[in-house]
Amino acid sequence: MKIGYYPGCSLHGTARELDESLRAVSAALGVHLQEVEDWSCCGATSGHATDHLLSVALAARNLALAEAQGMDQVLAPCAACFSRLASARHEARNDAEIREKLPELLGLPFTNTVAVRNLVDLLRGLAPEIKAKATKPLQGMKVACYYGCLLVRPPEVADFDDPEQPTSMEEVVKAAGGTPVTWNHRMDCCGGAFSLSRTGSVIRLGRAILDDARTAGADAIAVACPMCHSNLDFRQSAMALRGEAPMPIFFLTELVGLALGLEPKALGIRRHFVSAAPLLERQCAAGKGVS
Amino acid sequence: MARIGVFVCHCGENIGRTVDCTKVAEALKNHPGVVESVDYKYMCSDPGQALIKQSIAEKNLTGVVVAACSPHMHEKTFRRAAFGGGLNPFLCEMANVREHCSWIHEDKEKATEKAIAIGRTIVEKVKRNVPLETIRIPVTKRALVIGGGIAGIQAALDLADGGAEVILVEKEPSIGGHMSQLSETFPTLDCSQCILTPRMVEVYQHPNIKLYSYSELESLEGYIGNFKATIRKKARSVNEELCNGCGACTQVCIQKKIPSEFDAGLGKRTAIYVPFPQAVPNIPVIDRKNCARFKAKAKGILKEACGKCAEACLKGAVDFDQEDRFVTEEVGAVVVATGYQLYTIGKDQPEGLQGYGEYGYGTIPDVIDGLQFERLASASGPTGGQILRPSDGKPPKTIVFLQCIGSRDPQKGIEYCSKICCMYVAKHTMLYKHKVHGGKAVVFYMDIRAAGKGYEEFSRRAIEEDGAIYIRGRVSRMYRDGQTIKVQGFDTLAGEPVEIDADMVVLATAMRPQPGIETLAQKLSVSYDRHGFINEAHPKLRPVETNTAGIFVAGACQSPRDIPDAVAMASATAAKVLGLFSKDQLEREPTVAKVNQDLCAGCFSCEHVCPYGAVEHKEIRDRKGVLLKIVAEVNGGVCQGCGTCQATCPSKSVELQGFTDEQIYSEINALAGCVE
Repeated sequence: MKIGYYPGCSLHGTARELDESLRAVSAALGVHLQEVEDWSCCGATSGHATDHLLSVALAARNLALAEAQGMDQVLAPCAACFSRLASARHEARNDAEIREKLPELLGLPFTNTVAVRNLVDLLRGLAPEIKAKATKPLQGMKVACYYGCLLVRPPEVADFDDPEQPTSMEEVVKAAGGTPVTWNHRMDCCGGAFSLSRTGSVIRLGRAILDDARTAGADAIAVACPMCHSNLDFRQSAMALRGEAPMPIFFLTELVGLALGLEPKALGIRRHFVSAAPLLERQCAAGKGVS
Repeated sequence: MARIGVFVCHCGENIGRTVDCTKVAEALKNHPGVVESVDYKYMCSDPGQALIKQSIAEKNLTGVVVAACSPHMHEKTFRRAAFGGGLNPFLCEMANVREHCSWIHEDKEKATEKAIAIGRTIVEKVKRNVPLETIRIPVTKRALVIGGGIAGIQAALDLADGGAEVILVEKEPSIGGHMSQLSETFPTLDCSQCILTPRMVEVYQHPNIKLYSYSELESLEGYIGNFKATIRKKARSVNEELCNGCGACTQVCIQKKIPSEFDAGLGKRTAIYVPFPQAVPNIPVIDRKNCARFKAKAKGILKEACGKCAEACLKGAVDFDQEDRFVTEEVGAVVVATGYQLYTIGKDQPEGLQGYGEYGYGTIPDVIDGLQFERLASASGPTGGQILRPSDGKPPKTIVFLQCIGSRDPQKGIEYCSKICCMYVAKHTMLYKHKVHGGKAVVFYMDIRAAGKGYEEFSRRAIEEDGAIYIRGRVSRMYRDGQTIKVQGFDTLAGEPVEIDADMVVLATAMRPQPGIETLAQKLSVSYDRHGFINEAHPKLRPVETNTAGIFVAGACQSPRDIPDAVAMASATAAKVLGLFSKDQLEREPTVAKVNQDLCAGCFSCEHVCPYGAVEHKEIRDRKGVLLKIVAEVNGGVCQGCGTCQATCPSKSVELQGFTDEQIYSEINALAGCVE
């Protein structure tokens, strides 16, 4: 399978391990990622808060490039990128005025024919292959699947899974041999882009998420968004009140990669602030496959 | 030679504003065959009608064209006038120059031209009209009422008291419907069972009412005044003639933990059971899905299992071999009163609905729906009327009530308002506060819709006297946190998020029509909306009639209704049916299809396309009784005059009276300017 690849800034910065693990997992599953040449900002955070037309145009430029480069679908692993690209498609589909302005604004033809896919969508589609090729399945690792806000919402934009009760991440975790836990905060806000401007809020929100995952008995939390990962992983030390045990936060691709028998190093797992090593060692010691 | 009179109406200014009516009358005066052409301000008024009658006599007219509004509006009026003038009413036709012309155009000159053209086409048609005679059909003065809830009970009693015989069909083992499950009713807080059960008994004892409980309509044939209903009497496994309702069988049944439908799953029942002590008829039924004996049989075990109920029955009424039976009843009218079901909000939903998984219904035991709360509050309920939460049987200190669950939420599939929830939630808060003093009742609402006699006062009472806390806003989600339920929502008046620790949550879920309503509607040939609610013939002027003559609708199967509404509708259907039964014969318009049996080749293409099943087979025999051929014949009582057969017949041997090919072609010719 060949799919256009729009990494976005995070995957070249704070979430390099998502880029690394995605590339490793894709190669193992026979998915060819073709990076969109000359890609630019998707318009997340500052872009869409500045100017509506700008926010659509920034995202649409990348879709127009993908179109020109002969792609019919583009993978946006970052949830914010996914949301921006999908929003641009939605706006262009429903707003004739914007639709007419875009080609001139972009200096590129834009027919809005490139489908935008998120990470979970891609992996869910590959679940049978993951299951078949899982040489080191997660052996029942209890995983709290955390969706955050943008993967499934707003439903008319994301057009993916149930906006209130999604199940696709759990399906991927199951395919990788993990046990998804039932918990309450999987759709809650992590604080998103307020990590720097209102750190206190992010810590308060993140703490509630971690506490709930712990109560549900999770060994780890799986995410599919660089922002969620950053907030829950990087800020975790500040969230602990009574010295609670650290909770490793994995990108979904990393868990799949582990199940496929890829080296943790190749998946970038060492880049986490909260070390996953104790958990992986525990798994290993209990004879549960993962090394 | 045709002598046609044309009467052009101004309809005040409705037509006169955009059509020059005098000019239309003048132009039509010169049309071949027209001997009289006049215009008048209000043709439907007394003087206008007198003008028509007078002209018929004076000018010896053979046909009348009234250029005015649509036939839907006044065809009957003018045909009556023509009849008064001594003309066969079907020689009078309307040229629609209002809805089809003056109302939709602005250019007066062009509109006038169009009105003239419309006038000409109808003149050409009327020239070819022939006198038709009204069809008379007999009436069976017996009514079928489908559904034994409060609407069906009221309709049956009113009909029976009015002298009509009634067949009442109820699919459940007992009549009573949802009303029998309710605790108290708004806005008076009178006990539901106290006002309902006497009426149930009255139904059972009424000499004019024949009750088929645990039965369903299998099929309905025929037409207004002459329906033939086949009713499936489902196997009760108890002989109704022998059973004396002692209840010994239910005492010995070994299956005691089946969720009771009557208690909305909160109580338990046995496999042989009477739904509730006041059931009518008080005859048990065996739930074969759960009965040990039938389960064993279904598994292929040859040895007869259990049978304790049969042993306990002193009358020998338990009959394991009973099968579904079919009875046929002839009726003249049908009242549909099948009621509602509550939107079950779990994950499994019919197509188009999405459920409310985020509210934890079905996963959190203390999240219940409105009917379940009724059972908790009811003296006959599983807790004897104490409000105790299902998970641990403790009285909840805080209950959160959510309104509009499913209703008014187009994204989730239902855009309509369920009408009763605002009131019953107010009632629930009161019942709760009266029983659990010091309890806290919090209501999340979108609007409070309390239109109805005493309703606004009632909902104010809940807030002001009983201290229910109303928060305007929606709940985004709920989850279980230990023994409490975290309810997170948004107070849109205060403009801030709220989080409440609740012990129990009651969801006011939407009212939907009963499952299977579409199948029933198809059996009855009545239309329904996209939610399955039966369509009334006219939303204002014919609210209890359907578009199929002789079939009426009452209660919540037409749209969400409260008890007063349902009862009023039921009485209205009874009045309509009794009106129908007041005549010995019904009159029907003769605009029905007629087969030319000399030409008919008996291919029965018409039979295949007829949506009403009006085509019958007729044998043509010679004098010695030798069969010559089988031809089609149209039952004028059933035919609705749609004309599909006429369009389909390969040999052009069936025609709709009043709309023959010749008439239609002459209209088209007139439009094209070809007039002989």
